[in-house]
Amino acid sequence: MSPETMSVFSPKLAARFDALVEKYPLRRSALVPMLLYAQDEVGYLSDAVIAEVAERIGINENDVRSVASYYSMLRFKPAGKFNVQVCTNISCMLRGGYDIFDKFSEELGVGHKGVTTDGVFSLEEVECIGACCWAPAIQVNYDFHDDLTPENVPGILAHYRKQVQDKEKDA
Amino acid sequence: MPKLVSHPDEVKIVTKRFGMGAAAIDKYIELGGYEAAKKCLAEGPDWIINEMKASGLRGRGGAGFPTGMKWSFVPKQSAKPKYVLVNGDESEPGTCKDHLIFLHDPHSVIEGTIIAGLAIGAKTGFIYLRGEYRYLIEIMQRSVDDAYAKGFLGKGIFGSDTEFQVIVQSGAGAYEVGEESALMESLEGKRGVPRIKPPFPAVVGLYGGPTVINNAETIATVPHVITMGGAAYAAVGSERNGGTRLFGLSGHIERPGVYELPMGYNLKKMIYEVGGGVRGGRKLKAVVPGGSSTPVLLPEEIENLGMDFDQVGKAGSMLGSGGVVVIDDQTCIVEFALRTISFYQHESCGWCIPCREGTDWLKKSLTRFHAGFGEMKDIDNIQYLAQNMMGRTFCPLGDAAAMPTLGFVKKFRKEFEDHLNGKPCPFAKHAELAVV
Amino acid sequence: MADVTFTVDGKKLTAPAGTLLIDACRKAGIEIPSFCYYPGLSLQAACRMCVVRQEKVPKLQTACTTTVAEGQVFITESDEIAQARKATLELLLGNHPLDCPVCDAGGECELQDMTFKYGAGESLYAEAKQHREEQQWSPAVFYDRPRCILCYRCVRMCGEGMDVWALAVENRGARAVIAPNQGDSLNCEQCGMCIDVCPVGALTSGTYRYKTRPWEMKHVSTVCTHCGDGCKVTLGVRSANDGAEIIRADNRDKSGINNDFLCAKGRFGFDFVESKDRLTTPMVRNAAGELKPATWTEALNAAAKKLKEVHAAKGGSAIGVLGSSQTTNEENYLLQKFARTVLTTNNIDHDRTADYTAFADALAGHKDKLASLRETETAPAILLIGGDPTNEHPLLAWNLRTNVRHHKARIYIVNHRGIKLERQAKAVQGVPPNGYKDLVTLLGSDTNELAKGIAQEETLLAVIGQELNGKALTDFVAWALKRGNVRFAYLGDHANSRGAADMGLLPDRLPGYIPVNEPGAFAAEYAGLPTKPGLTQAGMLASAEKGELAVLYAVGANPAGQSGFKPDALKNTFVIVQDLFLTETAALADVVLPAASLYEKTGTVTNTFGDLQLAHKAADHAGVKGDFEIVVRLAGAMGVDVKMLVPFGTSSLTADFGQSRGAQAGEADRHAVWLAAHNLEPKVSPFDPLAVLDEIERLVPGYELDRLNLLGGNDAPVHAALPDNFVPLEVLAAPEMPATIAPTHDTLFTSSVFGRYSKTLTELKEYQEGTLAETAAD
Ligand SMILES: Cc1cc2nc3c(=O)[nH]c(=O)nc-3n(C[C@H](O)[C@H](O)[C@H](O)COP(=O)(O)O)c2cc1C
Ligand code: SF4
Ligand code: FES
Repeated sequence: MSPETMSVFSPKLAARFDALVEKYPLRRSALVPMLLYAQDEVGYLSDAVIAEVAERIGINENDVRSVASYYSMLRFKPAGKFNVQVCTNISCMLRGGYDIFDKFSEELGVGHKGVTTDGVFSLEEVECIGACCWAPAIQVNYDFHDDLTPENVPGILAHYRKQVQDKEKDA
Repeated sequence: MPKLVSHPDEVKIVTKRFGMGAAAIDKYIELGGYEAAKKCLAEGPDWIINEMKASGLRGRGGAGFPTGMKWSFVPKQSAKPKYVLVNGDESEPGTCKDHLIFLHDPHSVIEGTIIAGLAIGAKTGFIYLRGEYRYLIEIMQRSVDDAYAKGFLGKGIFGSDTEFQVIVQSGAGAYEVGEESALMESLEGKRGVPRIKPPFPAVVGLYGGPTVINNAETIATVPHVITMGGAAYAAVGSERNGGTRLFGLSGHIERPGVYELPMGYNLKKMIYEVGGGVRGGRKLKAVVPGGSSTPVLLPEEIENLGMDFDQVGKAGSMLGSGGVVVIDDQTCIVEFALRTISFYQHESCGWCIPCREGTDWLKKSLTRFHAGFGEMKDIDNIQYLAQNMMGRTFCPLGDAAAMPTLGFVKKFRKEFEDHLNGKPCPFAKHAELAVV
Repeated sequence: MADVTFTVDGKKLTAPAGTLLIDACRKAGIEIPSFCYYPGLSLQAACRMCVVRQEKVPKLQTACTTTVAEGQVFITESDEIAQARKATLELLLGNHPLDCPVCDAGGECELQDMTFKYGAGESLYAEAKQHREEQQWSPAVFYDRPRCILCYRCVRMCGEGMDVWALAVENRGARAVIAPNQGDSLNCEQCGMCIDVCPVGALTSGTYRYKTRPWEMKHVSTVCTHCGDGCKVTLGVRSANDGAEIIRADNRDKSGINNDFLCAKGRFGFDFVESKDRLTTPMVRNAAGELKPATWTEALNAAAKKLKEVHAAKGGSAIGVLGSSQTTNEENYLLQKFARTVLTTNNIDHDRTADYTAFADALAGHKDKLASLRETETAPAILLIGGDPTNEHPLLAWNLRTNVRHHKARIYIVNHRGIKLERQAKAVQGVPPNGYKDLVTLLGSDTNELAKGIAQEETLLAVIGQELNGKALTDFVAWALKRGNVRFAYLGDHANSRGAADMGLLPDRLPGYIPVNEPGAFAAEYAGLPTKPGLTQAGMLASAEKGELAVLYAVGANPAGQSGFKPDALKNTFVIVQDLFLTETAALADVVLPAASLYEKTGTVTNTFGDLQLAHKAADHAGVKGDFEIVVRLAGAMGVDVKMLVPFGTSSLTADFGQSRGAQAGEADRHAVWLAAHNLEPKVSPFDPLAVLDEIERLVPGYELDRLNLLGGNDAPVHAALPDNFVPLEVLAAPEMPATIAPTHDTLFTSSVFGRYSKTLTELKEYQEGTLAETAAD
């Protein structure tokens, strides 16, 4: 991608992508991680993101869409700033995963795939996240929180809310 | 941070550096790290493969294929570059062992990858981690960077003229991508749909080149096999099942966690002694021995069950990924079956009809059944559906969904019947499961 | 590969090692069901319908991916296998809407057929089926998700087959759908191949949907009338009150020169036939100067009277005849014979789109140098000079792509613009638009990559575009002949461009490019044949302007529609036009005769590669007549003994004049030719175009036909301009004014006059232009 082209990504991420595509025997190998990193920055895979990724890899947009729609971490709509992913798969379910989910749902006032009105949180019931022996576990964006009880829920939410408030204060 | 546990019965080979700060390369070196790779560089491919064969190490990803044999299938000469691919997609419910390896001993994975590369003559290795493991991906990437800085990776590794590069790759949420050929597709930037076999990856794999794919635990074990010597490693385990493996105890267990135990370790002992028994002193209802795709075992079936590939297979289930999920007597098996099948329905790649439609109908039937709207004929229907998926799907995910279902229906038919006629389930908490 | 022997259901079969079991079985008449397997496209093994049991293998195997090897033993039908297939069908039917009675595919549905066979009719599920609204993706393509069984044929056809890649799978598992490339619509070549390969009614055609049931149509295979490739097309026809109406075009039996291929024009562009603008009644210009409807007799008499008068007063040189590259060989042959023997003039030409004459001359003295279209799918090395096959010769482009995919063919492209086939090319060399004249120098270079590549090729198939004509063409052919091991194809437009030239719609050449001044065998047969070259089309128009050309007889020709036509060039000329529409020329005419389209008549056409095919009458339109019949009737009205023109019957004139045959003309004609071929008395009418086939075969070099093959519905290569019969160049006398060669450069959605009157093509064109504009605006 030539430097003068407008990018939807920050200069830092764009530079990272420039390097990423060169890393593999085939450019296309960068596609899945690139989509994920793009989502981390932009929040979701907007049309503009899809278009730019397609161009960077050198494939059609519908090809990108086809690949992106396969992976469950990738989304085409914005989620909350903090996406709370509660595992309810067997190991977590046996140790109260659904109670954790319900508690989050109650605290946030949204259900599965819901986003709070202030856009700070979204809630999602997810499949096994590889923390079975420390169940029940959740991920908030990429942070793991494990061995939870419903009592832990308000504290977790407060922790992230504070991050937002701190940032607002800085700004 | 996941809690580390331990038990006197453990034989710490793979986990021996856990909790010692070995993610720092200097610490890893201090603890004897990278010596195995240097030795392999000196000894050459035939020697490595012989040691691996002697170790009796069988793949820790699920199928238990002998690792040494797998490596020996890779043709010596190849027009296309060869590759090593480390499978860190770890997504089978009940499994979180690779998680700890990446966290506590990332360099063992890198070292194992180098050794596999030396054995087959590959110049590049990929370490693919599921996307959810972002913090582990960062640890792995840092470790790889450190290894490059030390000259352990790159154009001439350990001062030799042998080249070996390692690339850390992130997935983005897809269980099916753990299947070896789907993993290669994903790494090539495509949908995680498996490939037609033959050709097998050892002949035509990543980018069309011969490729060895191993589970992260398998790879992390490799340097230890080299250090100990194949025969010594083999001696730890049971017959035809060399060494130890990381068993993840989860569910209704008193002391959940990942324990490294010798192959063939008794399952009952594992639950009651290592894991401290069923949580709250409850009664054991059933146990899933090797991740959610393996059929459940009843308490009477685990009395004398040694946990290795052959013995669990003989007992009608599978050792799988070593994820032991303990279920107590207050659990609704129909709900458990439903949660299991919803996972496979959610994760089916959709490529082939029996899996795509089969998992979908199983989920629908079980949902209705569990909600109390089932009929007697549904039980047979569920069984019929699962039977007709078995062995007929494009890849083993279809079996992974059908097998446990058959187990639940066969072993807990009475409990299914008790759900009929609008009878509320005494244990179930959630009639509907939301994951879509 | 070496043959291997293996056993299927107890039968010993032999096939080359590595053949797919499913193909080997089908060849041996053992039907193995499949949804996802589609010959020629990549393997999927996704539907699991083709499962079979292989001895010593624990699981059922998919026949679509199993390759045969020596000594294998297979079972393809057993209770276990039937159960597996039945279970798969049950799973599909669980969600499949059982709306077969209103589904377009009903009666032609592979899922329906298999359900019938494996008896999976009973529903096992109490859950409601998922309903989703049908989507319109383009004017041509509709998608009904619940009917889709995800066999991925459409995705592969669009990507691998067409190299368009407009379809993809989105989402995963049970939520997977086929998705078009522009959100909810398709931006593509609109070829409709996806509809064609869909085994169920998930993809349906915008032009055909809900029109009829497949079994209510008669299916007639004929030849597409649009471009010079000449695809075989099967028309679905239903009777209508004004004749027989075409409602669908496809190539459902996958036979013929194009196998399963058809482009948008072939598939959707037949509707010009039903255009309300069709001429359906003859017209004559009255004293007040207005064109008024007339009876056939009045119109023919008016034309005949004028022709006779002028011929008597001024001779043949005052009359000009223009033919068409869209009429059949028989019609063209008859027209030039009429001109030369009845009107005694060589003033005959047609709308030339390529320089076939120069091409024939260049090849004089060389045997077997012309490539059939089929060869473009197998030739190991192809040099494509000029042209844009993707847009102008879609079947050729399809063949080249297939060749690269299946046989790793090497394609070398020389072009003055970028063309899509570059994506399949091994080497590409750009030239300036006027640079083709330096082609030979380029090819001789030992530094040019493309030239070096070609030099290393053992054999070469040269496909020459219309950019080459005259000397550039001759020079290139000479260079290639010297290089050796080469075969040629030359690209022209329209269904019968090549046939028009082959049949002598040329002022200086008789059929088979025989010079008029050395008429050979024609001298004896063509009474009154003038031996001086006549006027080219340009010459005729110039002559008309000067007031010398008193009559112009235009059969399917539209000189007034061409650029550079002077508005009053024909002011003083009596113009007779025979056409489908009131073209610019017809609007100027004194007599207008409504003619039938290729889909409404029987006859042969020669595609630009020289493959001869038989077009069958499929539709019928009240009021119109075939060009052949019109010419014969015009000759009759002039008082000519039509037996001189058309050698029909043997002894008497009491032959069947065609009235009894109706829409079945093709059948009767075929029968008659068959009789003739077996020395039985033919009762052919003078209006039966095939009555002149014998004469064509006898007199036209290169048209020694494999008639049985042709009548059997296959294409037969012709070798017009065969060297043996060919006259050295020196004896040629050329027309005074050079011929104009005007390629039409039709696109995927235009087809000269027909395209204008095809609603669907117009709609597709506007849709695609709109889509493109939208994309560009983003
Ligand atoms: C549906 C499916 C999912 C799988 N997921 C994983 C996985 O997450 N991690 C893994 O190591 N192997 C997984 N496997 C097994 C791999 O296909 C492969 O056998 C394994 O990585 C080989 O390594 P090993 O020989 O070291 O066990 C999966 C297999 C299937 C069929
Ligand atoms: S069994 Fe079929 S649909 Fe299921 S994951 Fe494998 S290939 Fe995909
Ligand atoms: S035809 Fe073989 S699986 Fe579909």
